[in-house]
Amino acid sequence: MIRLNINGQVRDVDVPADMPLLWVLRDELNMTGTKFGCGQALCGACTVHVDGVATRSCQLAASAAADAKITTIEGIQGKAAQAVQKAWADLDVVQCGYCQSGQIMAATALIAENPNPTDADIEAAMDGNVCRCATYVRIKAAVKQAATLART
Amino acid sequence: MKNLPQILRAAAADVVEAAPSRRSFLKGAAGAGGALVIGAVVPLGAMAARPTPALMGPPDPRPNVFVRVAPDSSVTVLVKHLDKGQGIMTGLTTIVAEELDADWAQMRGEFAPADSKLYANHAFGMQGTGGSTAIFNSWDELRMAGAAARAMLVEAAAAEWKVPAGEISVAKGVISHQKSGKSGPFGPFATAASKLPVPASVKLKDKAQYTLIGNETLHRLDHISKTDGSAIFAMDIRRPGQVTAVLARAPRFGATVKSVDDKAARAIPGVLEVLSLPIGVAVVAKNSWIAIKGREALKITWDDSQAEKRGTDQILADYRELAKKPGAVATAKGDTAAAIKGAAKVIEAEYSFPYLAHAPMEPLNAVVELTEDGGAEFWAGSQFQGVEQRVAAGILGTTPDKIKINTVWAGGSFGRRATPTADYMAETVIIAKALAAKGKKAPVHLVWTREDDIKGGRYRPLVLHKLRAGLDAKGNIVGWEQRIVTQSFMTGTVFEAFAIKNGVDSSATEGAADLAYKVANLSVDMHITKSPVTTLWWRSVGHTHTAYAKEAFIDELAAAAGKDAVAYRLGLLEEHPRLRGVLKLAAEKAGWGKPLAAGPAGSKRGRGVAVHESFSSYVAHVAEVTINADGKVKVDRVVVAVDCGIAVNPNVIKAQIEGGTGWGIGHALRDAITLTDGIVDQANFDTFEPLRYSDMPALEVHIVDSAERPTGVGEPGVPGAAPAVANAIAAAGGKRLYDLPFSKAGIV
Repeated sequence: MIRLNINGQVRDVDVPADMPLLWVLRDELNMTGTKFGCGQALCGACTVHVDGVATRSCQLAASAAADAKITTIEGIQGKAAQAVQKAWADLDVVQCGYCQSGQIMAATALIAENPNPTDADIEAAMDGNVCRCATYVRIKAAVKQAATLART
Repeated sequence: MKNLPQILRAAAADVVEAAPSRRSFLKGAAGAGGALVIGAVVPLGAMAARPTPALMGPPDPRPNVFVRVAPDSSVTVLVKHLDKGQGIMTGLTTIVAEELDADWAQMRGEFAPADSKLYANHAFGMQGTGGSTAIFNSWDELRMAGAAARAMLVEAAAAEWKVPAGEISVAKGVISHQKSGKSGPFGPFATAASKLPVPASVKLKDKAQYTLIGNETLHRLDHISKTDGSAIFAMDIRRPGQVTAVLARAPRFGATVKSVDDKAARAIPGVLEVLSLPIGVAVVAKNSWIAIKGREALKITWDDSQAEKRGTDQILADYRELAKKPGAVATAKGDTAAAIKGAAKVIEAEYSFPYLAHAPMEPLNAVVELTEDGGAEFWAGSQFQGVEQRVAAGILGTTPDKIKINTVWAGGSFGRRATPTADYMAETVIIAKALAAKGKKAPVHLVWTREDDIKGGRYRPLVLHKLRAGLDAKGNIVGWEQRIVTQSFMTGTVFEAFAIKNGVDSSATEGAADLAYKVANLSVDMHITKSPVTTLWWRSVGHTHTAYAKEAFIDELAAAAGKDAVAYRLGLLEEHPRLRGVLKLAAEKAGWGKPLAAGPAGSKRGRGVAVHESFSSYVAHVAEVTINADGKVKVDRVVVAVDCGIAVNPNVIKAQIEGGTGWGIGHALRDAITLTDGIVDQANFDTFEPLRYSDMPALEVHIVDSAERPTGVGEPGVPGAAPAVANAIAAAGGKRLYDLPFSKAGIV
């Protein structure tokens, strides 16, 4: 049994220690907002926050997350998160939407940590999150808008 | 999986009534006159007369199968097309809302149930999405459905208020009678309206009256659910007792299972069953992780006797050999050989295009539950419902009406989900059937991993184009000769008889055989090759390669003629006003002819153009690039002009053109599926590298104001993007790029 702290709730799961957090969330806890995209930490669709840091849940063993505060798209809160979600909606960033939970988690972690990101900061934070629909133009605009929104 | 076409061909044999190439679908429908076609297939009366059983349930106050008005005044549009990101749920809902005079806030969208009798794509003769046909196809029937619903609500209000219907107006979801001062929302009249006869005819609005169509401020219907994680994809379906399956498929295309040792896999706790099937070896487990672990533990010996064992270098060499000989004739106009022989200057070029995977963000997957009546119920990002129902019925020995499909949001497709064999959905039901035969009947979720996806075939075919043109002393083109060598993904499918005529596959020659540039002597021919490597349409189909070959080559001809690249094209497009329109608009907005700002020290900059028609939409790209001092190329900015007729949702159109442009550029930069000894070299996003944030150029999209019937935008943003970049690289003093991807030339 592994004890996890997810979105402020304690969840005990009976899974193999090496089972990635991604699959614990999706298949054991039915929290499907976090997506499976590549399984190799190459696309960012599975991004969650582990103690506030954007982390690929497909490469994080459940046992390694046991002492951490995990936040998923379902539990995301606070000024940065609200600003990011509002900017994403205002600019109609989404197309197929499958990568967007991960994009939003990456953008939120960036803005929470760095309220005034430069273009280079944004690129560094977002380059690991793949969008096959290529919504990057709007992602860029939305991150900037969200940063402004979160500062005011 | 790789021998699935053979296995399923019999099952799918009666799939499609008529299927010419996707291009001629559109032309045919347009030629026949939209209203006539739509009216014949779905008369308004029939819409009302045949309610869809799946949606029955009290109360059911809807005037027809496309529109449902609820007592709370919400209006739901039943969307028969799959939304895989292209925004069609928003687009089709807008069309209804406009004629209904609804308020955008009261509009909802819902995927229609699978039923080709009610929800056929008129271009396909069955339910399905593809070929950028959705808006074009639904334009008439949904305007009529919206107008009919409005008329019935007005009629119901008139009866209730005891006033003449002709004095009632509707705006922003409010029905009003000015003289009596009465007004109210739709909801209270919905039930009464649903009992009225559907009007025999309705008057549709003129473009000048539109308030929602063409309105830039409308948000996508999915803009919230896809930003808070609540949108449900097939990957997120969880049925009671559901098990997860993964399938081990042959590493070589055309190989089959010889023997399997599944002892280690079965020993893993949570592995529920291992099934050796003609399509591969399925591991069924209590969750995805254990299923994947179980598959890793299988020891399978494959029979490679019928498999593809060549590498892609050899396949391309074989194509080059074949290209020396004339192929089947696609177009023959004038005497091309003589014209080129007498030319002042002859230019030749050969272009090669690699296999490419679609790699939608959501790996392929579906959930199926076998039902008590011998049928099945699917949850899937289903794109070809008409095919999938028939194929699944064939597998289960039942009839298509027993196959229920719940279509859900699809995490991308780019063509991948629409297959003539139902592909991954067929696999899912084959596994569910085999599991049930073992006495372990359960809802099955088949999950493809990213590796399955990248290695799994159904690629954009590998293609070779060989071109030769003659110029006269003034630089005019006197003859144009083009040869195409490629596989056909129509071969061996139910589409073959319709798509391949006299050895020519129109899905490979579209955009070439119908060359828009005015050339008196034109010869286009092709060789169709065979390989067990499976191929498929890939966002913009034949145009993915024909537009590149055409636009890169014409650029070279313009340079050889010493002419400006835009002016040269315009001179050859006198008979194509819409192509001229987008070309001029893109050139003007991009500042064509004005010098580019200087780049970093030691860099060179250039601007390139491409213009192309696909799926009856017209697009021009102007790209700006920098070749840095180290020789590496950065795409800085792309200006795009699009003419897709009436712009239903400008915001969605821009998004599609942005995404299509990114798609075209991303794959051109560095993507290829290669084979060594028949085995795919790539596996995941480290080796099949997607376009990333840092690759994306700045983009501007300009929409031509038009009163023409609307056409699609899901694909037309793709074809011109890569050649515009290649032409910009050449303009900057870089090499012309003949072999894709560009990374082969060491510039990315």
